[in-house]
Amino acid sequence: MGAGHRHQLYRPGNTVVHRLPPQCKLPAVAAFAVVVVATPREVFWAFGVYALLLAAVASVARVPASFMLRRMVIEVPFVVFAVALPVIGLGERVEVLGLSLSAQGLWAAWNILAKATLGVMASILLAATTEPRMMLLGAQRLRLPSLLVQIAMFMLRYMDVILDEMRRMRVARESRGFAARDVRHLPVLAKSAGALFIRSYERGERVHLAMLSRGYNGSMPIMNDATASARSWATAALLPAAALATAVLSWSVS
Amino acid sequence: MTTVSPSLRVSELAYAYPDGTQALFGVDLTIGRGERVALLGPNGAGKTTLVMHLNGILTAGHGSVEVAGLPVRKDTLGEIRRRVGLVFQDPDDQLFMPTVREDVAFGPANLGVRGPELELRVKEALELVGLPDVIDRPPHHLSFGQRRRVAVATVLAMRPEILVLDEPSSNLDPASRRELAEVLRSLDVTVLMVTHDLPYALELCERSLILSGGVIAADGPTRDILGDPGLLAAHRLELPYGFVVADRPY
Repeated sequence: MGAGHRHQLYRPGNTVVHRLPPQCKLPAVAAFAVVVVATPREVFWAFGVYALLLAAVASVARVPASFMLRRMVIEVPFVVFAVALPVIGLGERVEVLGLSLSAQGLWAAWNILAKATLGVMASILLAATTEPRMMLLGAQRLRLPSLLVQIAMFMLRYMDVILDEMRRMRVARESRGFAARDVRHLPVLAKSAGALFIRSYERGERVHLAMLSRGYNGSMPIMNDATASARSWATAALLPAAALATAVLSWSVS
Repeated sequence: MTTVSPSLRVSELAYAYPDGTQALFGVDLTIGRGERVALLGPNGAGKTTLVMHLNGILTAGHGSVEVAGLPVRKDTLGEIRRRVGLVFQDPDDQLFMPTVREDVAFGPANLGVRGPELELRVKEALELVGLPDVIDRPPHHLSFGQRRRVAVATVLAMRPEILVLDEPSSNLDPASRRELAEVLRSLDVTVLMVTHDLPYALELCERSLILSGGVIAADGPTRDILGDPGLLAAHRLELPYGFVVADRPY
């Protein structure tokens, strides 16, 4: 019960990318994303370079392409939105394979698709090489708002507990002959959700009491505030730096 | 009586919840240093309310609580919470950090302990509960019995004066129950154990208190209290079927 299953996004390994301190990786990925977004959409080759950079990181981290592709399903809603743009877009129309599409919409769709895909790929790489726990540690070391970090930490800790509770409630419902088949069963599910919320809320109160009992006074004590070496920072900066060089070049030619 | 201040002294403690329900009607009890005492009582007797007073989560409506001579007051809360180690019934409430190491370190870190000293405290506390190997595991990957023992370690790391356990044997399988008993017996600390589990009280505590109707209704050697069926029945306490307290220990 409550048995652990590894977090799906993480892919254990012992490469340079895995070993980099989380407080270096987080800003590196964020900086990479900013540079990508700041690149003019007309400079196609720059996006190709970015993709190559990410591919290089992935190969160093030994994250296979199939792993990346499977995780990229998360991007589908954006893709759908982007595909709609050329159809519903206004302005000058162009003929593509017999379809009349908006030129502006096409540019917008390309812009969203290219930039979002690169951003998602960078995030997947970060998640694949950094344990969720380490990610939070990195956020804490970067002095991000402690309340937000604490909320994320508790979510991580109690997700399994709450899922387990949810599963027990489902088993209890089904043991008494309930099966959700159509809309008329929604009220029952809604009540279950409400009960789950109240249980979780009460657990929150008990956890808070337990924290107070051990001297909690509003902020988490920082216990392992290891500083990263200049070398780690330099290694992590390689990706955004290479991207920035590409972007600068693209600004000057566009 | 000894001249050293007792680990815990509660006098004339009364408390009513904000909605007016009176839970405690004048509780008096003293627990000497190094004693292991069981606090027995039916559901709704006020056991949890009393426990919440011991480390100042609730503040006395009337009367006082002293831990090793230090009164529980707003300005002493920090030190009181170091001295009173509360182990909650559900270890999932108690273990809220991502790994066992961070969880055990949480208490002492709040006291300002850092670096190698903190590491030492964590190792020492896990050593005391017999689980030095789980240090890097996430709490939800441990068995229930292990989680309960780690919960004990999280408060031991604060080097408390008194360990207060709420239903320590609940939901444990027989082997985990025995392992926890061995841990508790090996500790050099005052213990107050809140429980319904009368055989467990007999096994671990020389002395027992019965809290019933918001007052201490009995205080004496566990063996005598459990050997008095009339007393137990008057306070809705029952020994398990077939269980007889032997006249002489073992």
